[in-house]
Amino acid sequence: MNNPAYFGEFGGMFVPELLVPALKQLENEFNKSQTDPAFQAEFEKLLNEYAGRPTPLTLTRNLIKNPKVKLYLKREDLLHGGAHKTNQVLGQALLTKRMGKKEVIAETGAGQHGVATALACALLGLKCRIYMGAKDVERQQPNVFRMKLMGATVIPVTAGSGTLKDAVNEALRDWSANYKEAHYLLGTAAGPHPFPTMVREFQKMIGEEAKQQVLKAEGRLPDAVLACVGGGSNAIGMFTDFIDEPSVKLIGVEPAGKGLDTHEHGATICKGTKGILHGTYTYIMQNDDGQIEESYSVSAGLDYPAVGPQHAFLHETGRAQYVGITDTEALEAFQLLAKNEGIIPALESSHALAYALKYAEQQTEDTILVVNLSGRGDKDLAHVMDVLSKEEQL
Amino acid sequence: MSQATTQKTDRYGKMFASLSEQNQGSFVPFVTIGDPNKELSVEIIKSLIDGGADALELGIPFSDPIADGPVIQAANIRALDVNINTQDCFDIIKQVREYNADIPIGLLLYSNLVFKRGLETFYKDAKAVGVDSILVADVPLHESKMFRQAAMNNGIDPIFIATPNAPDDTLRECASYGRGYTYLLSRAGVTGTETKAQMPASSIVTKLKEYHSAPALLGFGISTPEDVKAALNAGAAGAISGSAVVKIIETHLENPQAMLNGLKEFVAAMKAATAL
Repeated sequence: MNNPAYFGEFGGMFVPELLVPALKQLENEFNKSQTDPAFQAEFEKLLNEYAGRPTPLTLTRNLIKNPKVKLYLKREDLLHGGAHKTNQVLGQALLTKRMGKKEVIAETGAGQHGVATALACALLGLKCRIYMGAKDVERQQPNVFRMKLMGATVIPVTAGSGTLKDAVNEALRDWSANYKEAHYLLGTAAGPHPFPTMVREFQKMIGEEAKQQVLKAEGRLPDAVLACVGGGSNAIGMFTDFIDEPSVKLIGVEPAGKGLDTHEHGATICKGTKGILHGTYTYIMQNDDGQIEESYSVSAGLDYPAVGPQHAFLHETGRAQYVGITDTEALEAFQLLAKNEGIIPALESSHALAYALKYAEQQTEDTILVVNLSGRGDKDLAHVMDVLSKEEQL
Repeated sequence: MSQATTQKTDRYGKMFASLSEQNQGSFVPFVTIGDPNKELSVEIIKSLIDGGADALELGIPFSDPIADGPVIQAANIRALDVNINTQDCFDIIKQVREYNADIPIGLLLYSNLVFKRGLETFYKDAKAVGVDSILVADVPLHESKMFRQAAMNNGIDPIFIATPNAPDDTLRECASYGRGYTYLLSRAGVTGTETKAQMPASSIVTKLKEYHSAPALLGFGISTPEDVKAALNAGAAGAISGSAVVKIIETHLENPQAMLNGLKEFVAAMKAATAL
């Protein structure tokens, strides 16, 4: 099947008929922009001169005790905005202008995608409104303030459970009424076609850079690349350029929350079942009747009850492996990186790091690992302080 | 006559033919099944029939109803809060069908509920309890092949939405794939009375007629008898009203008798506006 909306059986465009013309317009403009040298030049200029690409690849010095293993970190935490999100947001904001639209609608969970969207809209002169679950607005005041400082309107969503999934619902509802003037700037490589493909293309420089950087440093490809997976945008950005390199293992790390055997996790590939949420056929968390269940993770950025359809496909075909890391393991890795390397990672990225540490211990041959350090941990400080003081670990 | 033909009841066809003879348009109320609970939901739907509804549009509650505004979202939550599941909805429809053998019953729901039960099973079970048509709100025409096939295999009319922004090719597909009736939207957005239907929808109606579509029922933003008249004047065969009906349920949650009377009166007033 050669339908560009699908990855094997996964993907598609399961949205109300009203949104189809807007998605087709987006697909069309995205396709044209991919072969338009002027668009590519402008995107690259913004990435280099505004966002700070390329980001460095850092070899850890103290973290890894196994002498056979070298662990590299792809430093998306150093990107403007503090996470990989800025990459694809700049791409979509440029597309918004190309379509002649002047407004942007976005959703956000912890606020990272909201902050990235707000900064891009401030830079490019777009009017921006961001839906955020009312509970998340309470929990993430600094990010709410950042968005407002950069001129965005933040709209708290009380409907449903008042978290990310409901913010997506509300953004889709807004878009169905205002698609003529507004672009919906979805925050991850999930949702209806063309979002999974478009977001991947606007994030794949992560893996392209990392590959060249490892080759330069080591003269060979890494043995495995690892990234955390919520919706899956940083992971697909890291994986894409390695998919056709069969010697490189691709490892996606899902949030196991309080444990994969509990109901409190967000590990949709490890534990979910196939279904449709937010326009795409993929793995989701649902009950026997098909009602969507709440996900849970200590890290808000991984707390989403679906996953990008290409990850579902990479799992199904066996090309990538998906594993779970609990809250506790992620918090431990968070502290270890800070103590040993002087880098405070985002809780999301700490999941990938935690699995890399486990994996490193098991290696008996010379092994090179690359972890996508997708964001920095400043946003998580208050939360981590709170959790650790409760556990009396401080 | 083949077996398949005898099984096909065509309640919509009979309804449109009979209303046409009486010089009337149709009025179709919508409610969420199981709102606010299983027992009262059956009484609510019966009161819509008693009020004079020509057909029924019934929603199966879903956790993430992206095409619905706040009033119908709240109805979904009320039903899910008392643990209404798909089987409960089928049980309720069965009771409604026993109460009235002739009224066309349409289901409106979201794709994951169909997927989870299995497409063939879902359509077969729906047919068995007396459902005539199914509209899957988040399955647009170009993704609808499997759903259409399951519908046709089981003698259910697949319903599609004709939107104001649809290109002509899509309206043609809508006309050719749809059966029973065509759900006509006069405006963008989600369900709700906050934004009125935007007349005239007549240019879409004209195109649909040219493409020989099933009769068009206008929905979204229909809350008064004037809206019903305007829909008929625009050339639609009738009007669907959801949020305005559900609002009556929401207002009288503490007083079921007032709720049932209110619903019956509302439907009667809307139906009275369908005289041509």
